Amino acid sequence: MPTTITVNPVACEAYGYCAELLPELVTLDEWGYPVVDGRPVPAHLVELAQQAARRCPRRALLVETGPDRVWPGSPPR
Amino acid sequence: MTRTSSTVDDDRSARPTPPPPAPELLGAWRATGRADLVAHVDHFGPLPAPGPGDRHWGERFAAALDASGLTGRGGAAFPSARKMALVRGRRPAPTVVVNACEGEPASSKDAALLSCAPHLVLDGAELAALASGADRIVVCVGAERPDVAVAVDRAVAERVGSGHDPVPVAVERPPGRFVAGEESALVSWLGGGPAAPTFRPRRGEVLLLGRRPALVHNAETLAHVALVARLGPAAFRSTGLPEAPGTLLCTVSGAVTRPGVYEVAMGTPVLDVVGGAGPEEAVGAVLTGGFGGSWIGAGALGAPYAPAPLARVGGVVGAGVLVVLPRSGCGIAETARIAAFMAGESAGQCGPCVFGLPALAGDLAALAQGRADRALPSRLARRLEAVDGRGACRHPDGVVRMVRSALAVFAGDAGDHLRGAPCPGHRRPSVLPRLRAG
Repeated sequence: MPTTITVNPVACEAYGYCAELLPELVTLDEWGYPVVDGRPVPAHLVELAQQAARRCPRRALLVETGPDRVWPGSPPR
Repeated sequence: MTRTSSTVDDDRSARPTPPPPAPELLGAWRATGRADLVAHVDHFGPLPAPGPGDRHWGERFAAALDASGLTGRGGAAFPSARKMALVRGRRPAPTVVVNACEGEPASSKDAALLSCAPHLVLDGAELAALASGADRIVVCVGAERPDVAVAVDRAVAERVGSGHDPVPVAVERPPGRFVAGEESALVSWLGGGPAAPTFRPRRGEVLLLGRRPALVHNAETLAHVALVARLGPAAFRSTGLPEAPGTLLCTVSGAVTRPGVYEVAMGTPVLDVVGGAGPEEAVGAVLTGGFGGSWIGAGALGAPYAPAPLARVGGVVGAGVLVVLPRSGCGIAETARIAAFMAGESAGQCGPCVFGLPALAGDLAALAQGRADRALPSRLARRLEAVDGRGACRHPDGVVRMVRSALAVFAGDAGDHLRGAPCPGHRRPSVLPRLRAG
């Protein structure tokens, strides 16, 4: 089952640790907020992604494994 | 018209039963000019609640709603039957939330509906509550419309003891801000939290009010539910399009001589809806779906007014908003004004919205005034991309959609503005509701 990264934009305060720890998957926008592309995390980066989630001071990075990841994306239909 | 009269000798046997009412929300209002319970029951008949011991009513109601094809009128056009099925029979008992917040400045259809036909909305809420097992109903009217809240209070009081209130109804007045009516923001506020959207990463997740599932329906949607329950799905489908049945309430504003709320059949050409409101001069473009909606050019106005066909010409029905821009107006300047307004309406929670919307608004203001720097087009494109889809709610996405549509529909004007030669219309006052002074 795929692992995906999601940012909780309400919790995120642009500390930017995620982009430091995981530059392969997280970039920052011009205001310092993380951008993720929603694609599955490659297997060799899963553990690093989980570390980055644990180190986020705002616990705003969600790294989850499961079939039902749909955010960001289209509304439910 | 020919008249078939094979039953002449029945003439004295019984009074003819009146024909069933047409599936129109404002039928009673148009016929009588009254909004009270007596006029409502005279026109539509009593609340079609389940009889005592009728244990299969809920299933029949759900099946009728499904067959009606009714979709939500709050903006997302989600199938109403499916939304109800998500909470039906859950424990603890759900709460039905009637959303008439209408924070969108260009919309006043829910206010009009609750003023002219409050009992149809309350009937729909009662039926939704009975069918889903809910034990309370909360009607939410934006605090900036105390007149509407009073009309609802009066209607609720009329129903007490009339057999029209099997499930108790309360009226609440949430803040009238743009995002306060987003359903998760509304449920948050009702639960004692801030009137701000919550982060919901999962599909089909039911909102909770305390521990109770919340069934949030737009006020107009529930009025249609009341029609479906009375007339049945086939009669409800006699108006509108097969894939978008029924009527819809539409708020027409801008450069028209008769701005207001109109009830039209789904699929009516946009041109006819706009034409009914009396354009002041030749139409340049129309903002569809509200401030977070989409501009369409005058050439697209032949499109049927319904979600799918309007989407094919780049428009959006949303909550039924049409704002008419005259040909002498400037779509770029209007877009800049809307973007600035929407930046101020952010809930202030998500960075890309808090910082991105003012940045977009700044770029658009520079473009509108003809003082764009050479990097503006690429910067604007990058920022639109950066903001899109990155909030907890769809407020920023709506702004992005509206701005992108403007850059496409007003591409010629945008080019002139970019060269420092803005069209003469940019100095004209706005035609937009609430921004007219700006």
